[in-house]
Amino acid sequence: MITKKTGAEVRLQGIGKRYGIVQAVKPLDLVIEGGTLVTLLGPSGCGKTTLLRMIAGLEQSTEGKLFIGGKDVTLLSAGERNVSMVFQSYALFPHMSVLDNVAYGLISSGQKKAEAHARAEEALITVGLKGFGTRLPSEMSGGQQQRVAVARALVLEPDVLLFDEPLSNLDARLRRSMREEIRALQQRLGVTVVYVTHDQSEAMAVSDTIVVMRNSEIAQAGSPADLYAHPKTVFVASFMGEANTVKGMIEAVSGDSAKVLLAGLKLDLPSNGLGAGAVDVVIRPESVLIGKAGKGISGTIAKSTYMGAHSEYTVSTALGDLFVIAPDRLNRKQAGEAVGITLADDGVILVRP
Amino acid sequence: MNRPSAFIWLAALIGVVILPWHMPQSSQTLAGLFALGAGDADEASALWQAIAHKRWWFWPVLAGVGIAGCGVFLARTAENKGRLLLWGAGAALVGLVVQGLAIGVRGWSFGFLESAFGDLGERQFGMGLGAVVTFGAMVLLISDGLALKGYFKGDRFVSASVSVIVASIILFTAWPVLNILSYIFSPRGNLTGTQAFADRLFDAKIWGLSCVTARVTCGVFWNTLVLAISTATAATMLGLAFALIVTRTGFPLKKGMRLLTVLPIITPPFVIGLGLILIFGRSGVVNQMAESAFGLQLGRWIYGWNGVWLAQVFSFTPTAFLVLIGVVEGISPTMEEASNTLRADKMRTFSAVTFPLMLPGLANAWLVVFVESLADFGNPIVLGGSFGVLSTEIFFSVVGAQQDFGRAGVLAAILLVLALAAFMIQRKVVGTRSYVSMTGKGDTGLPQSLPTPIRRAAFGIAIPWAILTIVVYSMALAGAFVKVWGRDWTLTLDHFRRAFAIEYARDGSMIMAGQAWGSLWTTLKLATIAAPITACIGLLAAWLLSRQQFAGKTALEFALMLTFAVPGTVIGVAYILTYNLPPLEITGTAFILVACFVFRNLPVGVRSGVAAMSQLDKSLDEAAITLRASTFRALTTVVLPLLKPAIITALVYSFVRAMTTVSAVIFLVSAEYEMATVFIINRVINGDYGLAIAYSAVLIVIMMAAIGMIQLLVGKRKLGRRTGGAVAAPAGATA
Repeated sequence: MITKKTGAEVRLQGIGKRYGIVQAVKPLDLVIEGGTLVTLLGPSGCGKTTLLRMIAGLEQSTEGKLFIGGKDVTLLSAGERNVSMVFQSYALFPHMSVLDNVAYGLISSGQKKAEAHARAEEALITVGLKGFGTRLPSEMSGGQQQRVAVARALVLEPDVLLFDEPLSNLDARLRRSMREEIRALQQRLGVTVVYVTHDQSEAMAVSDTIVVMRNSEIAQAGSPADLYAHPKTVFVASFMGEANTVKGMIEAVSGDSAKVLLAGLKLDLPSNGLGAGAVDVVIRPESVLIGKAGKGISGTIAKSTYMGAHSEYTVSTALGDLFVIAPDRLNRKQAGEAVGITLADDGVILVRP
Repeated sequence: MNRPSAFIWLAALIGVVILPWHMPQSSQTLAGLFALGAGDADEASALWQAIAHKRWWFWPVLAGVGIAGCGVFLARTAENKGRLLLWGAGAALVGLVVQGLAIGVRGWSFGFLESAFGDLGERQFGMGLGAVVTFGAMVLLISDGLALKGYFKGDRFVSASVSVIVASIILFTAWPVLNILSYIFSPRGNLTGTQAFADRLFDAKIWGLSCVTARVTCGVFWNTLVLAISTATAATMLGLAFALIVTRTGFPLKKGMRLLTVLPIITPPFVIGLGLILIFGRSGVVNQMAESAFGLQLGRWIYGWNGVWLAQVFSFTPTAFLVLIGVVEGISPTMEEASNTLRADKMRTFSAVTFPLMLPGLANAWLVVFVESLADFGNPIVLGGSFGVLSTEIFFSVVGAQQDFGRAGVLAAILLVLALAAFMIQRKVVGTRSYVSMTGKGDTGLPQSLPTPIRRAAFGIAIPWAILTIVVYSMALAGAFVKVWGRDWTLTLDHFRRAFAIEYARDGSMIMAGQAWGSLWTTLKLATIAAPITACIGLLAAWLLSRQQFAGKTALEFALMLTFAVPGTVIGVAYILTYNLPPLEITGTAFILVACFVFRNLPVGVRSGVAAMSQLDKSLDEAAITLRASTFRALTTVVLPLLKPAIITALVYSFVRAMTTVSAVIFLVSAEYEMATVFIINRVINGDYGLAIAYSAVLIVIMMAAIGMIQLLVGKRKLGRRTGGAVAAPAGATA
């Protein structure tokens, strides 16, 4: 069996990548603690895959230094870094059997063929593919191919395991179960994982830490709960789940608490280090409470959508159109109805404008 | 120290200490290979020449090898080792090249050296085994040094591959071409270099326009240009007609038409010319019939512009067809369906959507044919008569009585400029073509059938032409079975007998008495040697270009592409002028022919390699690299096995092309190494059509067998693989 160990720490010091005049990744610092699963999350073209490939050694950084387990690996090639990668397309060698695929890395590192095959067999058991060794990759389903790719990476007992959007080729149901499996495997083996995705729910589900990237740099890093509850920018707020953004005004700050004026509504909110003046307020759709007309901010239901487990509304108010998710299944509002809007205690966040 | 570089250095040591530096003037003996202490300076090794024969110009080479040795065995840090290797091997290489170029068979090679240093009183012959081994080893050590200094991401395999390819391009393309261009400035009579150049360049025979007003021929430049433009235009139109029929109609003989695309590959370049002579020549079928039926004398109109043009259109229409099939198939049917749903009728869809989308492809096909026509040698030499084009003019200024290398240089330069210009424009056009395929894979529409007027026009053009092509080919082949075409129509196998007779001596041993055996075996042998080398270098270059990132990659790509554009005649003349003197004296050997095949056919290897690799998911080799495989292991265990079809294709096509080429090799053959195509051309020039045709027929059969073999091998591989089916196969599995 592949034994449990504590994965190595990955430290990025001013790592950046430039293609001619295009800055693919701006110089950034990041510490990935050993044995944790860190997600690089962001829209396409934000530099997350380039960053991952630099950690893998498939791209050479043009500036900065990279340490894995305290060792400077900046100038080492991919094969010398003791990292493994699971590719988006899995990149299983189509002309080799599953067993040969999994044993490939071991044989590359100089192991005897028999020994390598024995260990590859064990790795296949770890991912639940016992007895599939003689098949060709083309004879397996997408989910099975994914497991083979994971086994092939794991069998080398790498310091760091890298995933490049590993679930994007699977259907929604399989995606959910595979991500749970990856998380469970990571917890069981204690390996450090860096995981690239553009799907925020996937990131939320698997990560210890999420690094949100935008425009070739880190927008914010933190635990999933931290990012959801305390986004520092509107971008992070809207990327981590749905969010309404409205303009407000901080009237006074005392300690950590700020008095905020929002379309006639007076609120006490955590100040998030902001001073008096104009401010952006992020309101989560589930924090908007719809009540009877005359209470709170008055508004009109502009659109009402039935979603089964909950309902979604668009409410026109003096703040603008607000997107609302409400749990009501029995007492649904109709379009055109006049309502009063109040805000919940959490899920309303002040953000620097 | 690591072992590979130690071995390479030891090879270099053997090269300078033991092996004879120069090419032996008598035949090489095994004992002669140990050349340390040889009494004759010309048979000694470099070290011995320097010590015992006072040939001081070998000291820089020896010193360089010594410094590189210090790097290999003594240096402690990678940094120092890299520096010593670069300096040492670099010095040795420069020393080797400079002494080779500066000192030739008559002492100093250049006048200014003679006047600066006085008479050398010594001479040296062409480089031999020792020099070649040393040269190769130094190139590899330099690549090692570069890798150690951190170039090519420190990858020694990539570094060595790039260095070998660059060195061979410089040696076998850049140097000869620059050399032929330098002949332009060679002084003539009492003219200085520049005056002679001006005199040659502004020659009325090249630029004359008198044919516009009088009945004389124009300058060869205009001949070539007008011929290339008309051939390209006609062949593109015909090719388009064929392509439309094959891809957009239900014509029952479509499959047969596709076979047409194989013809230019398997046909030696002058077969069409021969066929035309047998039909329209003075004793041709048509002339004979006209004379017997109407008493008409049709004369010799086929010799000259008309004939060459006709032959070229026949020869190159299949090429245009091949290019245009891809273009027409590349147009997304969804575009046409969209146009149909937007109330456009078929004609409007064709003229407003389909045709504009084809335009870049048409331009590409036109330019491909244009370049082929420029470089064509076989048809003009057979049918040209007094009508000269640049390629034949180059030939006649080198062979025969003229021996005017300066004129050949000027003509070659003009041809080169034309070809390069067309090539550059083509690269631009192909670059803009990408929007055709931009819609991606998701298209599942049905291609629209052709509007009636277009369909009629396409059939009207293509069908007669297809019939004519069949007639020309069958006439060309029929000529092999007739005693004397036009006079004695008796059926006979005499021509085959003369070419390929096998007799048995009294003791029962077999004698290949036919005239053609010698050249056929030589051709087969050399083509067999050249094909694997071509495939190797080509695929290696393709892999470097499509998979590796390194400084100077665009420059390498550009240099490789440029070598594709140099016409064969230019290469032929350049080779013979460059390699008939030391330092590299290989004219008349098999080596020069193999080198010519390899570097002429390199495009085939590179193109099929690049095409195959673009279908191979790049993350496959990245996966191998992250799985601790060295670059070399990734290449051999992952990339090459998946490229098998491309390898076979590259092998067979470079074999076939080596067998059919004529333009370059006609300069390079010697009594010992005669090639089939050159043998045939000489028969044609002597009027011995029967034998020439019989021989061509045999060549065509051999090449059809070769092509059939790849179809079989490549096809089999496809059958052996399961199709992806409902299973979501990764991108790599379908490659």
